[in-house]
Amino acid sequence: MLKYIIKRLIFMIPLLLGITVICFGVMRLAPGSPTDLQTQMNPKASVEMQERLKALYELDKPLHIQYWSWLKKISRGDLGTSFASDHRPVADKILERLPITISINFLSLLIIIFVAIPIGVLSAVHQDSLFDKITAVFVFIGFAVPTFWLALLLMIFFGIHLGWLPISGLRSLNYEYLSAWAQFVDLAKHLVLPVLVSAFGGLAGLSRYMRANMLEVIRQDYIMTARAKGLSERVVIYIHALRNALLPVITILGLSVPGLIGGSVIFETIFAIPGMGQLFYMAVMARDYPTVMGILLIGAILTLLGNLIADVSYAVADPRIRIS
Amino acid sequence: MNFWQTFYKNKLMVAGAGIVLLLFIVSLLAPWLAPYDPGQIDLQNVLAPPSWQHLFGTDQLGRDVLSRMIWGAQISLKVGFVATGIAIIIGTILGAVAGFYGGWVDASIMRFVDIMLCFPTFFLILAVIAFLEPSIWNIMIVIGVTGWMGVTRLVRADFISLKERDFVQAARVIGASDARIIFLHILPNAFASILVAATLGIAGAILTESALSFLGIGVQPPTPSWGNILTAGKDNIDIAWWLSLYPGLAILITVVGYNLLGEGIRDALDPRLKK
Repeated sequence: MLKYIIKRLIFMIPLLLGITVICFGVMRLAPGSPTDLQTQMNPKASVEMQERLKALYELDKPLHIQYWSWLKKISRGDLGTSFASDHRPVADKILERLPITISINFLSLLIIIFVAIPIGVLSAVHQDSLFDKITAVFVFIGFAVPTFWLALLLMIFFGIHLGWLPISGLRSLNYEYLSAWAQFVDLAKHLVLPVLVSAFGGLAGLSRYMRANMLEVIRQDYIMTARAKGLSERVVIYIHALRNALLPVITILGLSVPGLIGGSVIFETIFAIPGMGQLFYMAVMARDYPTVMGILLIGAILTLLGNLIADVSYAVADPRIRIS
Repeated sequence: MNFWQTFYKNKLMVAGAGIVLLLFIVSLLAPWLAPYDPGQIDLQNVLAPPSWQHLFGTDQLGRDVLSRMIWGAQISLKVGFVATGIAIIIGTILGAVAGFYGGWVDASIMRFVDIMLCFPTFFLILAVIAFLEPSIWNIMIVIGVTGWMGVTRLVRADFISLKERDFVQAARVIGASDARIIFLHILPNAFASILVAATLGIAGAILTESALSFLGIGVQPPTPSWGNILTAGKDNIDIAWWLSLYPGLAILITVVGYNLLGEGIRDALDPRLKK
């Protein structure tokens, strides 16, 4: 097992390097040089100062040396200083917001798992039943609904029309004065809509996948064997078939990580949630290049980690993987 | 699959094709179909709810929402086709080369695909747009340039299975060049999966464009797009529900149309792909 994990980790190194090359490439898209931005805003900046900035960013050096020193910097965890007025290190700004984004994505992943898998299994077991047909329609619409529009409709209905749920932020204004339980309820109420919206995109995909998977497993020989030896239908479906149909879901969940992280920009912006997605949006709007680059890099690394966790859990669950 | 099931599938595809065709007509005839000038400001009539004068109401500047949506159909059609076209061209060329030549060419192209897939696509698009001006052309290019990886994998898989067939061997024997074999002999056989990917890709591109425009980094006002009408919907969320409802519905129906068409084409052209 350890050998397998080490092999996966070594496999990740070229991908990680590739990610940094692409990030570096995107950075070079900036119109003019990065120093222009700082000097243009400051009319007092002399030619000499521009040269000094150039030297600081090593813009006078060849491209591969620039890349190498940037790589050394990011490997120390130094993502540069934000262009925003707070001039704080980008790494700090991201780190303080990352837990919010990850928690919301984790909650929506839980919802996706606990809703989509039963739907997929039931519609496969009762293929062509009314339930199967209705879920097929929902899945089809689910693929086509723009999540930000869904967010707007939910805000209008639950937030404004019914007034049940708050539509922005994570906490009410009087949060400080609430009891611990009331604080929890307040937080939960603020989280309902964002978590539902971010889970929605994955629901359709996973339940459809689960259905196809289950249908395939049911046709296998070992299911016929299980039936032949006289096991009840319930044991055959929910123990023999389900366990095997669940395995590939691990991979799918790993693959859904980039979608969830990417989607955080949209729902965090709409619901005014102070997470990494909102920071990314604000950085893009303000052309805060170091922050944009930092989050792009972190987003890719999170995806890589998601895939690694999926691969390792798959190996834990299925011995065939780690032996071959 | 029996006749009725096939017919049912085709009916869905016909519905999809109908939606797509309708969108084409609406986009082409926008100047004649739109009841008002989409840019005509009427400050006497700001945020008017739907009525017989303005079927879908008016926005915060008193502009007719229906007219803006009709013109917006043109934008989303343009973005969908151009962005997907770019993705298909890049994806097809890379996938064909990787599948045909194999070896280190294949390995390096596919590692590049793996690396690109590590980025949350929406992050990559936003990051690139942060460095460029948000304009409709840049949006199309960026969506295309970040969306070719799936096509590459698809075309590569087709090429790997096709290149060993007899007709390819025959073409080699008569001395056809690599380029000729790739583009004239193998590529037409991969057409089915490319067409399906393109149709589904248009749906994805339209969704992405609307999200970008909604966030204010896509199609810029005053040019009407479904996404930026929804931005106005969010700004007036407590008073004007019609600004949020109708443009989103238009996006939903459009995407459903392309998806139905794409899956229908898949079932009709290539029975092997049937689930």
